This record gives sequence, C-alpha cells and structure tokens, in this order.
Amino acid sequence: METPMILTHIESGVLTLTLNRPDRLNSFNDEMHNQLAEALKIAELDDKVRCLLITGAGRGFCAGQDLNDRNVSVDQETPDLGLSVERFYNPLIRRLNAMPKPIVCAVNGVAAGAGAALALACDITIASSSASFIQSFCRLGLVPDSGGSWFLPRLAGRARAMGMALLGDKVSARQALEWGLIWQVVEPEALVGYTRNLARHLATQPTYGLGLIKHAINSSATNTLDQQLDLERDLQRLGGRSADYREGVSAFVAKRQPVFCGK
Amino acid sequence: MNQDWILSQQVGRVLTLTLNRPEARNALSTDCLALLVQHLEQADADDGVGCVVLTGSARFFAAGADLRELQQQNVAVTLTDRRPQVWRRFCAFSKPVIAAVNGYALGAGCELALASDIVICGENARFGLPEITLGLMPGAGGTQRLIRCVGKSLAYRMVLSGEVIDARQALVAGLVSEVCVDTLTLEKAQWLAAVIARQAPLALRAAKAALKQAQETTLENGLLAERQLFTVLAGTEDRREGIAAFFDKRSPEFKGR
Repeated sequence: METPMILTHIESGVLTLTLNRPDRLNSFNDEMHNQLAEALKIAELDDKVRCLLITGAGRGFCAGQDLNDRNVSVDQETPDLGLSVERFYNPLIRRLNAMPKPIVCAVNGVAAGAGAALALACDITIASSSASFIQSFCRLGLVPDSGGSWFLPRLAGRARAMGMALLGDKVSARQALEWGLIWQVVEPEALVGYTRNLARHLATQPTYGLGLIKHAINSSATNTLDQQLDLERDLQRLGGRSADYREGVSAFVAKRQPVFCGK
Repeated sequence: MNQDWILSQQVGRVLTLTLNRPEARNALSTDCLALLVQHLEQADADDGVGCVVLTGSARFFAAGADLRELQQQNVAVTLTDRRPQVWRRFCAFSKPVIAAVNGYALGAGCELALASDIVICGENARFGLPEITLGLMPGAGGTQRLIRCVGKSLAYRMVLSGEVIDARQALVAGLVSEVCVDTLTLEKAQWLAAVIARQAPLALRAAKAALKQAQETTLENGLLAERQLFTVLAGTEDRREGIAAFFDKRSPEFKGR
C-alpha cells in the first residue's frame, strides 16, 4: 500500500494529524486534501477525540498548493484555481473553524501560502524557532487564499498584513510571535514534546465549554458588540447546562481536582 | 399514515409539533402534511392552545416534498391533487404559528416556513427552493410568499437557480426574524410562543387576520379591514381587562371573551 499523505494517531484524547509528503514540503495535492478531509471526519465524529494536533513531517510544515499538481499546470487552458479553492481549501478552513474542539498546530518548519493560512486557522499555533511564515501568493500573481487575507489583518493588523501579502517575504517564527500571528515559539527539539503535552492537557479540559469559547471568539470577528453580548448570553446558558460545569463547581467547592468528561 | 410522523407536545398554552420522518429527511408527503394539518385543526378548536411552534430535527426542518409521490403524477392526477386543499387548510389556521428551523428547509419545507407567521432559525439553517433543478417549480406558495418577504431580485434568483441561502442572508432579507445558536432555536421559539400565548386569544386572532389581509388586498381595503377588526375587539372583556391591568400595574388575566 502507498504511504498515506496524512498520518493519524489517537492517544490520550488527542488526534494527531501529520501532513506527510516530506519530499514536497507537505504541499497539498487533491489526494492529500481528500485524506485530510477523511481524517477530520474522525475528529468530528469521535467523542473520544477531545483535541486535535496538526503538524508536518520532515523539515517543512506545509508549502501550500503543490505547484506540480495538475490544478496549476500552465501548458494547457487557463486553470480554474477558484474551483480548487472552492472544493478543497475553503471547506477545510471552514471545518477547522467550526470544529467544537480545540486545535493545536505545531509548525515544525516553513509554512507557505495556504500552509501559512492553515497554521493561522488553528486555535493555538506553536512554532519551532526555525519555522517561518511566507505569504507567497503575490510572487505568482495570486491572492492569499484559505482565509489568509482574513486572518492576517485581524491577527497582525493592516500594515503588517499588507507588507506580508504584497512583498511575500519570509517572516520568522519570532517575528510572527511578536506580531501576534501565533501563540508561542519553542526550540526545534522541544516542539514535539511541548505541543503534545499542551494537546493532552486540552484533552482533559471541559471540551464542550471550549467549543463554546471557540464559537464565541470566532463569531466576534463579524458580530457587533450587541450581537456578541446576546451570543455570550446564549452560549453561557448552554455552558451552564453542561456536566463539566457541575463538575467544575463541585470540585471547586470540595477543593479537589475536577475530572471533566467533555460534555 | 404513520401517526409518529408528527410528534406533539404541549407545555402550558404552547403546542409544539415536530416533523419526525428522519428516514425521509422530514419530507412533506401529502399524508404527512395532512397529518400536520389535522393536528393544527385540533389545536384551533382547543381553547387551551394559544400558539403553535413547528419544528423538525437538528439537521432537517423539512427537505421538500415526497419526490416518489410527485414522480407518479401526470397532468390529470396533478389537476385533481388534494395537496393544494391541504395547504389551504394549513393557511386557515387562525392562531399564531412559529417555525423553528434548524438545518435544511428546502422546497415544500421552505414553503412551510414561508406559510408560518414567524420564522426563527439556527445559525446553520439553509433555505431554498430547488424545484427548478428537478424540472418543476414551487407549487405551494414558493413563488408568491418568498417574493413578498425578500423582494424581487433574491426571490427570482432563488426560484430560478435553486440556490440555497444561509441563515444570515435569510435574516437580512427578512425571511426570518431571528438567528440564534442552533441548540437554542426551539427553546427561543417556544419562549416567544409562550409570550404570544399569554395575550388575549381574540386579539391574537384578529391581529393575525389583519396581518394576513396585508398580503391580499390594497392598502385602503387593508386599513378598512384593520379598523373593522379593531372595532370588534372594543366589545371584548379581554380588552377592558388588558387596559385595566396596565393602569393597575399587574399582569392581565385574559379569558378569551
């Protein structure tokens, strides 16, 4: 059997998805998209999975679209790149955004194009100090896709978003941290251990409540304060009905460690 | 006819009717629709019911009519179809109906929402009239009610392309009155229904009749009808009670008289 392009591994409530085309810097082709879509189904359907960890195999994280793939061949008719975005990239980002479980991203190396957007679409993004982020689209006459043009100005501000998107320069992990694109930078040899522990910790937390938090924060991008206040009220109502809320309160009162079930 | 197709639950004066044909994505076959109308007619005669909430499942409000049923109908059969009559009975229901929509409301499901008085939906709700993609067209108010609430351009677009719209578009266009978190849709509809069900039954009936007039007639005739309905209420006990309770700063106790 051929080597899978997405490796999946479940342990301690954490589903680890590894982008696995190391010889092509884990860049996407249609088949890899299909495999990733299948793997995300596990995360969505399996209650035992309470946290997702996404990383790349080899020295890169993800170089975006594989330019060798037929989608972008230049020798034939003008390709419809919009179709590939519509079919693969947009649904991927939408699913990550809507996933009611925390998603940790371990950026082990270069994250370029849609690969950078993928890293930014995750909830907690940790980069190796040797990693870098590149909005490479401008060099090919293209536009940051997979939410890139949406995430960048929100995370880093307009000036930095414009600089990154129009110049396509490499931004180091440290710079990305300073600009607020990501949550943490750790040394390369510590990345695997650090992110695994973080993901395992998250997998013991009140998953349902964390899902509500994601919902609230993701909605805030388009809501007015008024709408957001109403949404907070509704989500708090749901959170208050969860088993984990009861457990949290009773553990607090009894001065013991809570044991959350994620519901 | 399977009685379980419609689940019925009453809390206080609010009756909740749930479409329950999961195997058919809540498709509204003629029998299923007729069963729904039976429930409504019972509720119309029941003084204990003040308002009805209509809902489906988390993923489907109702995903259209029964295509197998349609497949078997030629022109002659369609001409004598009892379905339009069933819809007419639905529209004759005199008490307020709130549709609580989660998931897909397509074709007849969308028309059912349009025929309801108020629509509340979840964030992931989708509305559409995909009949055109099957070589047919909406046949239960889709081309008439949609254009009256969302306007020409969007209505033509939806009917002619079969494209669905999401909850946000539906809210902006005026198809729904509120979008909320999916898991609270039914609850919010029931809460609103409880507020409505507390009002004076005769006033509700008259107000609904007046609102329906607005779609049927000229402004002048509508204003005339409104005034007549308004005048009729002047003779009710509940009207005296409502105003008296307002001045006494207490909750009114309506009796439906």
